[in-house]
Amino acid sequence: MPFREFTEIIAGCNTRFMRGGSGQPLLFLHGANGAATWLPFMEALSGRYDVIVPEHPGFGASDMPEWLDNIGDLAFFYLDVIDHFGLSDVNLVGQSIGGWVAMELAVRNDTSLASLILNAPPGIRIPGLRKPDIFLWSPEETVRNLFHDQSFAEHVLAQPIDDAQQMVILKNRLTTAKLAWQPRLYDPDLEKWLHRIATPTLILWGEQDKVIQPGYGPKLAGLIPGAISETFADCGHLPQVEKADEYVARVSRFIEEVAR
Amino acid sequence: MKFYFMHLMPYADLDLDYDKDYNSAWITLPNSYYDPKKGHVLYNRYLDELEYADQLGFDGVCVNEHHQNAYGLMPIPAVTAGALSRRTKNVKIAVLGRALPLLNNPLVVAEEFTMLDNITGGRLIAGFVRGIGAEYHAWGVNPAESHGRFHEAHDLITRAWTETGPFHFEGKYYDFEYVNTWPRPYQQPRPPIWIPSQGSSETIEWAAEPSRKYTYLQTFTPVAMLAKYMQMYKDVAEGYGYEASEDQLGWSVPVYVAETDEIARREAKPHIENFLNKFLRMPKEMLLPPGYLSLKSMMGVMKAKSSIGSQQTIDSVMEKGMFICGSPATVREKLEQYQTEIGFGHLLTLLQFGTLPAELTRKNMEIYAKEVIPYLREGAGAKIAAGA
Repeated sequence: MPFREFTEIIAGCNTRFMRGGSGQPLLFLHGANGAATWLPFMEALSGRYDVIVPEHPGFGASDMPEWLDNIGDLAFFYLDVIDHFGLSDVNLVGQSIGGWVAMELAVRNDTSLASLILNAPPGIRIPGLRKPDIFLWSPEETVRNLFHDQSFAEHVLAQPIDDAQQMVILKNRLTTAKLAWQPRLYDPDLEKWLHRIATPTLILWGEQDKVIQPGYGPKLAGLIPGAISETFADCGHLPQVEKADEYVARVSRFIEEVAR
Repeated sequence: MKFYFMHLMPYADLDLDYDKDYNSAWITLPNSYYDPKKGHVLYNRYLDELEYADQLGFDGVCVNEHHQNAYGLMPIPAVTAGALSRRTKNVKIAVLGRALPLLNNPLVVAEEFTMLDNITGGRLIAGFVRGIGAEYHAWGVNPAESHGRFHEAHDLITRAWTETGPFHFEGKYYDFEYVNTWPRPYQQPRPPIWIPSQGSSETIEWAAEPSRKYTYLQTFTPVAMLAKYMQMYKDVAEGYGYEASEDQLGWSVPVYVAETDEIARREAKPHIENFLNKFLRMPKEMLLPPGYLSLKSMMGVMKAKSSIGSQQTIDSVMEKGMFICGSPATVREKLEQYQTEIGFGHLLTLLQFGTLPAELTRKNMEIYAKEVIPYLREGAGAKIAAGA
């Protein structure tokens, strides 16, 4: 499916979108590394859904708005995005920090959502289960720790990085720090209100995730009513990349089951 | 020109082989490497050295602030300055710290500085910094808020010193119903403010602004960079419509002076190299967390062939003028040349560095105080000393 690239001003923030396919809307919220390119899993999902991929305010080609202070700001922003495009029955899919934003959105207002799919989201704290310090990782360590199958990491590391891409990497890292440095990758208030999520929820985790430990999956499943927690074998932090076919199949199946 | 003795108070007894197991002397190096019995001896030795600077006729002593490291044992510089405030009689005491963004309540700085200023009868110089990047790992403060918190804390503290309290302070990061600092500063309207920096055009623009005219202090940089930033300050001041005085420009540099060039180099070599390669050692991610520098500055760092983490030698830092080392004549000549060319009014010398032991530190201090300072006071620097 062809996709289009465009920008929209929403909440005063010039925001970059990629959008392709048709059907029920599927809004994908990216993680700390942004969403610069239309990836194979997006292409595959666009065969069934209207796939909408924004770059969060403060990431990639989107502006850094004055109002952006914390993860809750992004949650309200995406409620504005849903209103802006007049979306309903949205399948909200969030990767990592994008999954955290999705949960924050859903506790505030999930009336526009058909399903909620969370890939390895941070957002809560399990005492004693300390997340690794992603901010002390070198660029190479970061790439390596994202994947279980190191051939993916080798592929990424072999790509040359030009100045514009380097600037995006630094910008994404800055906004990630802004949102997640302190408290580190969680919102102390989120856990208290996860019971408000009435949307059918699927939680996905790579069993070898080195960024956010898979142990967070069952805990979240216990906090979000009716949530299902599943894992991918031999998979790191990005199942949609490392296990793209299986990921697309599982996500599509869940959306269809929910719709029935 | 005014002469200051600066001390970093390193944990000089550090097991220097630590780097076989750890990649930094900061943050992640276990504090089991610290022996309190040795630390007790070092603290008292270093305080003695700072007090000795008063007796040797330095114009000031400088203490600073860093957290969770072997590089400098002065996490709370008010303790160091407090100890010095009664044992020294003449020197200015410059606290270079405090790292304002690290604080949940910056009024603590307003208070500790005014206490020091009152106790010493106005010998305090107030330093305001953001801290180095590692501090944000050590204290968990969000580096993306570093600039915002610094400016707001600065406004709060200077208003607490200069406005009649109580007043209400309304900020983004800090909001206080009652700002009413007791004691008030001894120096009126406030103590001199110094802004140490490793070089930043944003900092210079801010410090040189006519309502501030703060002393900009360039720390541990090649002399070419020193010249560039000092000129930048002068140009910015000119843009604001005034001429920057030498009192607004300072330089902080390690110095080692001995009987001859050869002796100086031989005696200083292992200790300055330990300072560079062991005590300053940290990965780039620790030194420069996201937000600590502007994106533009970070791009510059990423593109520059960085010396962070690479081994440095006494020769490489001497060549760049980051370390002044030699006989009294050599050191005088270099400092006089730099002062004449660049025109700074405050010279902060680090006469103990890394593992430099007590006896060599004393010898360095004595030769510097007797054979370098008087010459520069009478010579090139005399016009500034008279004017300041």
